[in-house]
Amino acid sequence: MFSAITFLAILPEILILVVAMLILVVEPFWKAEQRRNVGWLTAGGLFAVMIISLLFARPGDPTTVLGGMVRFDWLGFFFKMLFLFAGAATSLLLMDNEKVGHRGEAYLLLLASLLGMNLMASSADLVMLYLAIETTSIPLYILSGFMLADDNSTEAGFKYLLFGAMSSAVMLYGFSLLFGFAGTTNIYELASAIAAGPNTLVMALGVIFLLLVGLGFKVSVVPFHFWAPDVYQGAPTPVAGFLSTASKAAGFAVLVRLFFVAFPAFSQPWTMIFAVLATVTMTVGNLLALPQTNIKRLLAFSSIAHAGYVMIGVVSFSLLGATSVVFYLAAYIVTNLLAFGIVMAVSRIIGSDDIKDYSGLSRRNPGLALMMLAAFLSLAGMPPFGGFVAKVFVFAAGIQAGYVWLVVVGIVNSIVGVYYYLNVMKYVYLYRMPNEDEEKHPVPLTRPYAIALVVLAIGVLLVGTLFAPWFSWSDTAAMNLF
Amino acid sequence: MNFPVLSVITFTPMAAAAIILLMPAGKKNEIRGVALAAATFALLLSFWVYFSYDASAAGYQFVEKYNWLPVLGISLHFGVDGMSTPLVLLTGVVMFTGVLISWGAYDEHQHLSAGIQDRPREFFAFLFILASGVFGVFVSLDLFMLFFFYEIAVFPMYLLIVIWGWIQTREYAAMKLTLYLFIGSVVSLVGALAMYWTNFQNTGVLTFDMTLLENAGFSQAFQYIWFLPVFLGFAVLGGIWPFHNWSPDGHVAAPTAVSMFHAGVLMKLGAFAALRVGIMLLPEGAKQWSWLIMIFAGVAVVYGAYIAFVQMDLKYMIGFSSVSHMGLVMLGFSTLNRAGLTGAGVQMFSHGVMTALFFAITGMIYDRSHTRQIPELGGMSRIMPFATIGFIVGGLVSMGMPGFSGFVAEFPIFMGVWGAQWLVAVIASISIVITAAYIMRNIRQVFFAKMPEKLEGHMTDVTVLDKVAIVTLCAFMIVIGLYPGIMVPLVSSGVEHILTLLGGA
Repeated sequence: MFSAITFLAILPEILILVVAMLILVVEPFWKAEQRRNVGWLTAGGLFAVMIISLLFARPGDPTTVLGGMVRFDWLGFFFKMLFLFAGAATSLLLMDNEKVGHRGEAYLLLLASLLGMNLMASSADLVMLYLAIETTSIPLYILSGFMLADDNSTEAGFKYLLFGAMSSAVMLYGFSLLFGFAGTTNIYELASAIAAGPNTLVMALGVIFLLLVGLGFKVSVVPFHFWAPDVYQGAPTPVAGFLSTASKAAGFAVLVRLFFVAFPAFSQPWTMIFAVLATVTMTVGNLLALPQTNIKRLLAFSSIAHAGYVMIGVVSFSLLGATSVVFYLAAYIVTNLLAFGIVMAVSRIIGSDDIKDYSGLSRRNPGLALMMLAAFLSLAGMPPFGGFVAKVFVFAAGIQAGYVWLVVVGIVNSIVGVYYYLNVMKYVYLYRMPNEDEEKHPVPLTRPYAIALVVLAIGVLLVGTLFAPWFSWSDTAAMNLF
Repeated sequence: MNFPVLSVITFTPMAAAAIILLMPAGKKNEIRGVALAAATFALLLSFWVYFSYDASAAGYQFVEKYNWLPVLGISLHFGVDGMSTPLVLLTGVVMFTGVLISWGAYDEHQHLSAGIQDRPREFFAFLFILASGVFGVFVSLDLFMLFFFYEIAVFPMYLLIVIWGWIQTREYAAMKLTLYLFIGSVVSLVGALAMYWTNFQNTGVLTFDMTLLENAGFSQAFQYIWFLPVFLGFAVLGGIWPFHNWSPDGHVAAPTAVSMFHAGVLMKLGAFAALRVGIMLLPEGAKQWSWLIMIFAGVAVVYGAYIAFVQMDLKYMIGFSSVSHMGLVMLGFSTLNRAGLTGAGVQMFSHGVMTALFFAITGMIYDRSHTRQIPELGGMSRIMPFATIGFIVGGLVSMGMPGFSGFVAEFPIFMGVWGAQWLVAVIASISIVITAAYIMRNIRQVFFAKMPEKLEGHMTDVTVLDKVAIVTLCAFMIVIGLYPGIMVPLVSSGVEHILTLLGGA
């Protein structure tokens, strides 16, 4: 049973565990002031995992291994690489967050959650899927509430836990109903089992609704988004960045696999539901982002809105739709990590997340301001940054599938987005500090920030200009769904 | 393969922006030096393209094509025709003169706040990213890349206006401008994606290549539906009435070099894209809707001139005169005949140079007097004779006097309009009278009336760099006016192709 392919299929997960073990062994021997270096170890380890997996563990034809539990295909693999990248960047960003990053446990929890995400992206069975989702979520609950002395962080952790536990219980109920109707828990056998069984629309709608509660919570789609702004605001900033990128992408990986593979027979009703959800999500996210004065809350609502744009690709239910979803998530992960990384680097110096305290940033650190410009313009969907191409692909998929109205909604929403993203940049570039003495208040970057942010900024630019390779990888990944 | 001159022109400003951003902020003069060198280089190359374009052979020349994303039919496809070649040159000229008048290093007059003193590094970098976008739109033969560069040309505008603009209105004007232009461009984008998929359904070929889409043979109904969104979406940037509202506000709030770029080049960007994507890809739609475009443009011509006439602020006056003159361009498009389109092509160049000159001189005056209210100015001819002559030349072009480029452009437009609908030509010609009135009133007051006491002793002459800029811009208007053969055959070679697409109207 344990052939080479089985081993290769879960090689990234195994290696993540190795890194985690290494941290467990090494960390107690280090002095307290050295513990920050666990971040280097984690980032370097994850980077090495990525390289090794890319070199040796690339999937061939899709196969199902480990007794039907894990699917070894490009879709899962592409997402795994994205998660590893996001994990490495997050651990660099954690390092100089004194309350979190100077403790080895934080990195360990990050790795545990990363392990869960990797399994989420590749699980082919509902049982495996549920375990993976819980493995992802529980460490994130702890990480969100990591700063014990901070009431906001404690509140964030607890809120996230309650919402998460509730919605995953509902989803589990959905899984059990699905098993009851289809007689199998394997995602790849569900479609034929459903087709053969006594399928009724009511049953399908009920199951789809229950699944949506759980997955909608993960990807923060309106109306399951209420946790996001509070949790992002309270959680340590790098953790919030991780939540809004990797965790959301993992949710979408599961969402596309489950709905594209298991429910093609009911594509009519669920695309309809998703189209409505996408509309509501984009609109609510963008409109509520408008009045925000806290940058983390603004980014939280913006990330809700972005989930809505991704949904346009899901709604299209086509090869290009799936490709655009994967591409959008890749561009979005890089962009939003950059945005959160900058927020972290800035708040560490100025001790505030209020947008008005960003006044004069372009004079305090021109390079950082420039990277922030790149991140926000990419979020707004402007070239030559990743967000532009990603949006065009999603809109193209929408129009191809005949959802012109949905694309128009998306476009109106991105106009709203342009407004509030540029508004932040106005503080950064135009307004000045109260005494106009920015030279005396520099915002220096420590080495981990500098490395992580520059890599991410270059990534944003690369995805936006040389998009052909990213697109063809997304395309390969998406082809595994059909 | 030949020297890839178009991609070098397009990416020179971008590369210069990257170099400038990597330089230390304190080295202001070195930064300006790099900016000027890059601008000169781009200008020389665009001259070279202009003079080696073979008008007798016509068609797309200097073509370069690199596959960018073959799966979706996206390619980096560059090439210029008779319509876009003058516009590439125009961009080079405005970029060059824009750098000159933004120099801002005045050793002998320390009290002067002319040019860009605050953060020139970021200023030139953003300005050059904008310039790259503009070049890119003019040379792109791929619809996707056209949008790509179009958006690149839009967002630096926001930063340039909001950071270095006129303190009173900059935040409002910059946001208004960005939202108008963004809305316009995404409306066109939906139309472009619709064309893309419809072409795929018809031919089975996924392509954004405009040379292929020109022959896609879209159905009548399709063209009828999509022409207006595509054309008007772009025409927003061309300042077409009733979507012109952003434009004068933007002109007024922008710093001088950005006003020059904005009115001189960016508005052509809108008009050009409306022509290239709207009329050339959807010719049947253009025929159906030309009456509406003609009405919009006709209103813009007369209304813009009238509003310019009542303005007391020098920059608002020029801003509305731009609306009026760009209305003439659109009017030329709407005729869909040879004379009108040729005139519109020349007018795009002529107005670009003229309005850049106007804004440059207005900026020079404002930097010294700190007011733009026409009644508060006077007697400038005594202090800055050079600028006075420049303004008068620009004024003559604006009025369409024979011997200047304005005549070469406007006469064929009115001829074309008369051929299409004589009544519109009669109404639009009112604008010439109004234009003459406000230009002459303005020259008398600002340059020749008695100088107010307040300004006496505070005014200084323009600098050498300013003079170079004025001479460069004036030279184009006079040379084209005296020897139209240098530009008209080129533009008409481009028009022939459009007429073929329109079915030989």
